[in-house]
Amino acid sequence: MAGQVERAEGGAAPRLRPPRDICRKARWSGAVVAAVLAGAAGAQDGRVSTYEQMAPELRAMQDDDFSNPGLLWAQTGEELWAEPSGADEVACAECHGAAEEMAGVAAHYPDWDEESGQAVDLAARINLCRQRHQGAEPLERGSEALLALTTLVALQSRGQPIAPSEAPQMEAVRGQGEALYSTRMGQLNLACATCHDDLAGGRLLAAEIPQAHPTGYPQYRLEWQEMGDLDRRLRNCMVGVRAEPFAAGSQEFVALEAYLKARAVGMEMEAPAIRP
Amino acid sequence: MLAAALAAAPALGQGLEEPLTAVPGDPVAGAAIVGEPTRGLCLLCHAGPFPDVPFQGTLAPPLDGVGARLSVPELRLRIVDSRQVNSASIMPPYHSLVGLTRVGERWQGDTILSAQEVEDVVAFLATLTDPPIPEETE
Repeated sequence: MAGQVERAEGGAAPRLRPPRDICRKARWSGAVVAAVLAGAAGAQDGRVSTYEQMAPELRAMQDDDFSNPGLLWAQTGEELWAEPSGADEVACAECHGAAEEMAGVAAHYPDWDEESGQAVDLAARINLCRQRHQGAEPLERGSEALLALTTLVALQSRGQPIAPSEAPQMEAVRGQGEALYSTRMGQLNLACATCHDDLAGGRLLAAEIPQAHPTGYPQYRLEWQEMGDLDRRLRNCMVGVRAEPFAAGSQEFVALEAYLKARAVGMEMEAPAIRP
Repeated sequence: MLAAALAAAPALGQGLEEPLTAVPGDPVAGAAIVGEPTRGLCLLCHAGPFPDVPFQGTLAPPLDGVGARLSVPELRLRIVDSRQVNSASIMPPYHSLVGLTRVGERWQGDTILSAQEVEDVVAFLATLTDPPIPEETE
């Protein structure tokens, strides 16, 4: 897709930029190189990001850093990254260096946290870091500040292939996620798999059912008019089938994300994505 | 409770002969339920003869002609609990509380449609005896 090249050239993921002479020779060959470098999966195995199903205007909005509102959250994230925080008055940057140092990190979350003995998503990892290394309170799930920091870190993996954690404990977590994904729930008695595996591409009223690959979180949804995390999106679906949603940041949501990430292994990270 | 009766029923055949209520179904009321996507939910998955609803689902067969394909008892059973016909059906059980998981608090104990609403919808669907109008070629 052309968008990959534009994003690769946008400066956020310079290592993915194909050599200049190849770009000059033929634009499509640049696209091929970018796709190979990014380990992009898709066309070959039938998996596609919802990006591919979106209107050209929305794809353009996502691809252009000046029109993608997610970049505003990343900008706020940059400020928070550099700002001393908590009782220890230490900034993220003091330990981690520039945010660019976090390249590739988001691509393998959720991951296992040895100290607490549980799986954590990227937002939970940021909160653990705050508590353990800054002497700060955890940020509220879904809050602007946590979304901003998560977006900043996720942005550093843009263009990279999803590479699920290899921690052995994560295998069982993914199993829990898969079981939840296949469990019918709510008054409408539907499982995630009912729609997103078996009926993807069909239309639910006006909406084309996506394959549910979590390539772009946190993401800016036009229906939300703001950034949101995967938990929020999953809660929307659960409420849609009239089920009691799991709590934000719950182990159930972490397990679901771990399964979805494994299902999307090799697909290109695109946070902050735009979605209708 | 009907749900309990359903769970205990050994053999339903392919239909529910007995109406759920004493009041005969009203096809006009049924059309209002089916034609309002957020109320009946039908058009989320099925297309039907509702020209005013611009987008209709493609996940299940069109409702046009369903009154010719299925008898009233067959329609009633499929709306009450389509799992009785096909355990893998994606169609929500509109009037059964059996075997549901993690129902949201504000919907607990409620079926999607009341008994009378089921009868109204059945009465409406029974009138849909014409096959779908072929789509105009562009």
